Amino acid sequence: MEPIRALRSRTVVLPAANIDTDQIIPARFLTTTTRDGLGKHLFADWRYDAHGAPQSEFVLNRPAAHGCQILVAGRNFGCGSSREHAPWALLDYGFRAVISTQIADIFRSNSLKNGFLPVVVDAPTSDWLMGHPGADVSIDLPSATLTLPSGAQVAFPLETFARYCLVNGIDELGFLLERQGQIEAFERRRPAA
Amino acid sequence: MLEKIWDQHEVIPESADTPAVLYIDLHLIHEVTSPQAFAVLAERGLGVRRPELTLATMDHSTPTRSEQIFGGAPIAIESAAKQIRQLEKNCARFGVELLGLKSEQRGIVHVIGPELGATQPGKTIVCGDSHTSTHGALGALAFGIGTTEVGHVLATQSLLQRKPRGLAIDVDHALQAGVTAKDLILAIISRIGVSGGTGHVIEYRGAGIRALDMEERMTVCNMSIEAGARAGMIAPDETTYAWLAGRPRVAHGDAWDEALERWRQLPTDAAARFDRRVEIDAAAVEPMITYGTNPGMVMAINAAIPERPDDAAFEQALAYMGFEAGATLKDKPVNVVFLGSCTNGRLSDLRAAAAVLRGEKIASGVTMLVVPGSQTVKRAAEAEGLHRIFMDAGAEWRESGCSMCLGMNGDLVGSGEYSLSTSNRNFEGRQGVGARTLLASPLTAAASAVRGRVTDPREFLNH
Repeated sequence: MEPIRALRSRTVVLPAANIDTDQIIPARFLTTTTRDGLGKHLFADWRYDAHGAPQSEFVLNRPAAHGCQILVAGRNFGCGSSREHAPWALLDYGFRAVISTQIADIFRSNSLKNGFLPVVVDAPTSDWLMGHPGADVSIDLPSATLTLPSGAQVAFPLETFARYCLVNGIDELGFLLERQGQIEAFERRRPAA
Repeated sequence: MLEKIWDQHEVIPESADTPAVLYIDLHLIHEVTSPQAFAVLAERGLGVRRPELTLATMDHSTPTRSEQIFGGAPIAIESAAKQIRQLEKNCARFGVELLGLKSEQRGIVHVIGPELGATQPGKTIVCGDSHTSTHGALGALAFGIGTTEVGHVLATQSLLQRKPRGLAIDVDHALQAGVTAKDLILAIISRIGVSGGTGHVIEYRGAGIRALDMEERMTVCNMSIEAGARAGMIAPDETTYAWLAGRPRVAHGDAWDEALERWRQLPTDAAARFDRRVEIDAAAVEPMITYGTNPGMVMAINAAIPERPDDAAFEQALAYMGFEAGATLKDKPVNVVFLGSCTNGRLSDLRAAAAVLRGEKIASGVTMLVVPGSQTVKRAAEAEGLHRIFMDAGAEWRESGCSMCLGMNGDLVGSGEYSLSTSNRNFEGRQGVGARTLLASPLTAAASAVRGRVTDPREFLNH
């Protein structure tokens, strides 16, 4: 994984709460054996009508959304299934982070493993961002802070190890493989189940 | 109980800087979330560390039409067929046991784990599927993981995890007649909300839980994720042990007695502390039905949809469903009835629905799909003649799989159609583009199939 230290972008706002992984990428696009090319299916049922034509009123289809890398979304973003295709689709589309007041557990874990940043903020910060779509914000990972256009800084929770992996481009599988000796020792000492 | 299982599986305890390395006893895999994980192993020249602790099956994108499973017709969705072939290749290459397309033990991964006795108290169990929480009903710590983590477990039999917090849900009293475990978990989600369990493992306790049979407990734990909790668990008791005894993958003889001895140590000590506690009176739970686009948008079957004029997302959800605030759903016409899924596709679910459908016909214009949770469930149902009851009523009887729970295997609800479904998610488009899902129990599904309208199953109580 490439190290990530900072990100700066304008925002796109999807205000709905409980945006589930079936909305992020519908199940019919999961019959794939690779992780590539899922961006074209991101929010497919919101972006396209029944005939495959873009829904012009959907926020991602507006010119202002072009090039935005940070999504601002309502509470409990990413709830539902464990499909890692959700962060894969977001990343492939061009998003690098989501800001919400709450992010679902499995989606958050999957996101961190792919370098997609789940940023949880308090309600006033979220409310301000919801009210200012297109705001130019930056995210600094070593300090785990979000900087608003006013210069105000908001700290967000980021588990220490996840931060270490993101900032240094550490791959968790490599970390686990280095501990194989301890895994073997554990297998030897526990009673056979 | 969470703490005990956690402590027994810590290869390396967590510290301020690093999560715990948690050992995994059983890794279940399926065709949709595993191919990219096997690809990582292949790229890096790694093998599967403990193939004997890994069990694969196919359920998600697998069709339920007999001819597509057993020959006579190709699998209709080409990409799904490719996924199935890929799982076959990966399991052969990496030495993983596969209960494949034609296996008599194939089925929905969360139905077959317990059914085979692979799911056992005290185990850590993971799968690339959020409904892995189901297995917690037997006193296991079981949770869904993403595909990257599937790769971690394949390669190292371990995961990096922070210990979640504990949420106790104490359920008192028994359910009333006509009210099921599905209604209980929907009532719990209604109470704590779709994110009320985020960051927590739920332990369901109390007389109301003890009174449930094993399959009912699985229905409850299955939908823990619908409340945001990665895992739900129920302490094992005599009901658990009696249900597990004699299953194909549990120990026999002295080894069974030793296992029982270990399992009896698992239940939570009276002094155990939970971060939160919620109390539910099961006797007050009524048959429940969802009216919106997440499982928290749920109410008693005769209640009126609440009014939330200032909530745009709520209004949008009702618009998607074609409902209005203040309306009731009773007698609302339904187009499709789906009986099945890892939530309600077990033998007791089929029996409950069959008791309502016996001697009845489903209403004209209604399509009903009955999809057993596993091939074992299918055979057991056929041995009892349940399939006859369903087919005589006009329902379709299929091979096992996830089917209409999620639209990726050819079983779909049409755009704008109302589906009364015993599955677990009523998300927009979950059952097909534009499909409108009403989640309810097998009893409500069967009663509504007969009437062609949303029906309180208590009307069929003396059937």
